[in-house]
Formats: sequence, C-alpha cells, structure tokens
Amino acid sequence: MGEEQTLLAELRAGSEAAFARLLREHGGRMLAVARRLVRDEEDARDAVQEAFVSAFRSLDRFEGGSRLATWLHRIVVNCCLMRLRSRQRRPEEPIEDLLPKFLEDGHQTPPSLAWSDPVEDLIHRREIRALVRASIDRLPESYRAVLILRDIEELSTGDAASLLGVTENALKIRLHRARQALRTLLDPHLRGAAA
Amino acid sequence: MSEKKPYIPCSEVLEFLWAYVAGELPPERAHEFDRHLAVCPSCVAYLDSYRKTVELSRESFQPAEEELPEELIQAVLAARRKG
Repeated sequence: MGEEQTLLAELRAGSEAAFARLLREHGGRMLAVARRLVRDEEDARDAVQEAFVSAFRSLDRFEGGSRLATWLHRIVVNCCLMRLRSRQRRPEEPIEDLLPKFLEDGHQTPPSLAWSDPVEDLIHRREIRALVRASIDRLPESYRAVLILRDIEELSTGDAASLLGVTENALKIRLHRARQALRTLLDPHLRGAAA
Repeated sequence: MSEKKPYIPCSEVLEFLWAYVAGELPPERAHEFDRHLAVCPSCVAYLDSYRKTVELSRESFQPAEEELPEELIQAVLAARRKG
C-alpha cells in the first residue's frame, strides 16, 4: 500500500494524528492558494478551515482517482470562490479600457512595442514579481479570478469553467481578456530597451 | 500566378490570439495568423509580451510553500471534533 493510501485509510478510520498530518503536509500550500484568491487574511484562514472540515466530512466520496492534494486544492478553491461571491457586490469596473484599441482599418493603435528583457531575467527581479502581483490585484474581480485559477493555480479549462459556472468557451475568452488587461498594466514598465 | 490574398487585420489577430497561442486554430487559420505576423512588427511584439505576461503571472507567486500556523491547525482539528 502506498504512503498516500495508508494515510487515506487512517483518515477514514478517524485517526486524529492522520488529520493533523494532512493539515501539516498540505495546509500551508492551501493557505497560500486562499490568500491569492480572497486577498484577506481572515477570510483566507476561514476558507482553509471550512475546506479541510468539508474535506474530512466527505472523505468517503474521495475515490482516489486523483491525488489527495489535487482533491483538497479543488475544495479550497471552491470555498474561496463561494466567499468571493458572497461578498457585497459592487458593480465591476469595465475591462474595455485595458484592452487593445484599433483604428477603423483594424490596425492596432498605438502599435505595440517589444518587451526586450528576456522573461528569465524579469522573473528573477523581486520588484517585477511585486509589480505583477499588484497588477493582477488591479484587474476586475471576475477577470482576476479566472487568471488566478488558470495561469497560477493551473486548473484545467474544464475545472475552472465548472467552478465558476461558465462555459469553457466563455472562460477562454475571459482569460484572454484578463491576460490582455494585465499586459496593458505591465506594458509601461516593461516595454522598450532591455534594462 | 502568385496569391494576392489580403492579410487579416491586427484586430482579428489580437482577438483570437489565445487560440493561436494554445494551438487551437485550424491549420488554414493558423496560416493566416503566420502570414500576418510575418509582416506586422506590432503584432509580433504583442504576441511576445502576451506570452511573457502569462509566464510572469505563473512565476510571480513562487515559492508558494509555507506552513499552516499551529493555531489554525488546532482550530481545524477542533472544528472536526465538534462535527
């Protein structure tokens, strides 16, 4: 029996030590996921607590087709999305201002300029990583959520669409606009000659 | 006789760039994108910066590993005991 199967058997038998082990092994990563999605420390901790309690209660439904970590990740993401939905809704900022503009003949205006720095250099710069995180936070909420689920949490299109209650095609288009908007926010900092 | 087919506009390239990047365009349509990109430095720059945006998003939250605070572990265990 593999290590994960042993842990699963102990969890199903109700072992407190096994629950503590699961929390210590996976809880940190799940808290990081929740912090990214809900952006509020108290809400993130509440979402993690709710997710683990919910997972413990539904262990019988875990079929072992995926890894425990993948299953937990999905439950945490779902708890976070429910929290985001239940927050008092303000009208979302329109995203159109952050999308590319075109002339009547279809040419982009203004034309795009190259980002000359290699991406391998950019990702090693702390201030660039902070800029990217801050820019993601500036996206309208429904676009921010899609970008985090697909490009950061790396959920499949099908899983992300199902969690958000949209079609796969709608999700792909929303993700594209989120990426375009993020690109627009990063552009003034990254275009031009290599630093 | 050489083909004088018009190029698709930048607006079409940028609108469906996600499908081009994901390799989800039918071959004939991908070919039209390639033709456009061969003559349009602005769209080439956009495509490169779009790809960099995706990669920067992915990398900007790494490393994501941290420990769950002990008081939260205890709170979850207590909540489970309560049922």
